[in-house]
Amino acid sequence: MAKTSRTILICSGKGGVGKTTLTANLGIALANSGASTAVLDADFGLRNLDLLLGLENRIIYTAQDVLDNNCRLDQALVRHKQEPNLALLPAGDPRMLDWMKPDDMKKISNLLSEKFEYVLIDCPAGVEDGFKNALAASKEAIVVTNPELSAVRDADRVVGILNTCDIHPIQLVVNRVRPTMMANQEMLSIDDVTSILSLPLLGIVLEDEQVIISTNRGEPLTLSGKKSPASKCYLNVSKRLKGEDVPVIDPNKENTSLKDKFIKLMQTKIF
Amino acid sequence: MTLRDLINKLLGRETASANTARERLQLVLAHDRVDMSSLSTDLLDKMRKEILDVVAKYVEIDFDEVAVSLETEDRMTALVANLPIKRTLSGEIQFKNIEKKNKSK
Repeated sequence: MAKTSRTILICSGKGGVGKTTLTANLGIALANSGASTAVLDADFGLRNLDLLLGLENRIIYTAQDVLDNNCRLDQALVRHKQEPNLALLPAGDPRMLDWMKPDDMKKISNLLSEKFEYVLIDCPAGVEDGFKNALAASKEAIVVTNPELSAVRDADRVVGILNTCDIHPIQLVVNRVRPTMMANQEMLSIDDVTSILSLPLLGIVLEDEQVIISTNRGEPLTLSGKKSPASKCYLNVSKRLKGEDVPVIDPNKENTSLKDKFIKLMQTKIF
Repeated sequence: MTLRDLINKLLGRETASANTARERLQLVLAHDRVDMSSLSTDLLDKMRKEILDVVAKYVEIDFDEVAVSLETEDRMTALVANLPIKRTLSGEIQFKNIEKKNKSK
């Protein structure tokens, strides 16, 4: 039985902003730091977390089988090969959408929180039933967004719903940040996004090609220990989530080339 | 104003798109957030009338200048009512009383 367990919803409203990638990397990072961690794919219609973790071939049972008493929870949990502190509870198949109720999600997450220190719930996109199910099982939330109009708008919608559901804290991760574009003021700044959504910032993640490469391989960036910009960011987020006092990575300081320095000069306030 | 903004202005170029994005976002969110509290325009109209009826019991309002609207800032939506007062009814009554008293003298 885990000492204290935290059940954290990872949501965004809009699809494709990086919820699943964050869940996978955060899961690996937390497990790697010694905390027993479970990741629950709440996207029953379109599951992908298994792919990002490279566990797609090892799934035998699902959350659905646990609820139907076809198997024990232990049998359904897929342990990660290289990171045994991490387990994935895969979603059921798309047919599950019909009968899945918020109470079912609560049951599953309660079972998980008895065994794991961290339970990360990868929430489906949208604000409909799938989201409401995932929401019912969560105590706190991480809202993922991109510095981009539609992503922030959808995130705001989600925050509005979370605020009415006794979920606390709600923290923000700004994903796919391009420092050069931000410096050029051709992208919403981190300050813009945090102040518009009025959420505390848990961290930022820089845009990084390595994310795509690691997805191709089914090995999250935080697993390989490679020093890529995004992997550094994910580690930073996981440390802050654990309550360690590390500063949020500053996108401006990630610019070191001569061109970036020139861009910075152009940003200087003159009056 | 930054160095970049100055140069853009001198060259007659468009300002950076982040500013446009921020302004558009703030506008659209103000609408979204009000939608969420499900206050339709009908409801707002009804509320406006009732507020005016109550206030008009005590003071005389300049009905042409009345403005009641919802304003959103920092995830808080506020009902802002601007009701210019012409004069207080009680003041008016007092004034009349004084007149009467004067007459009676």
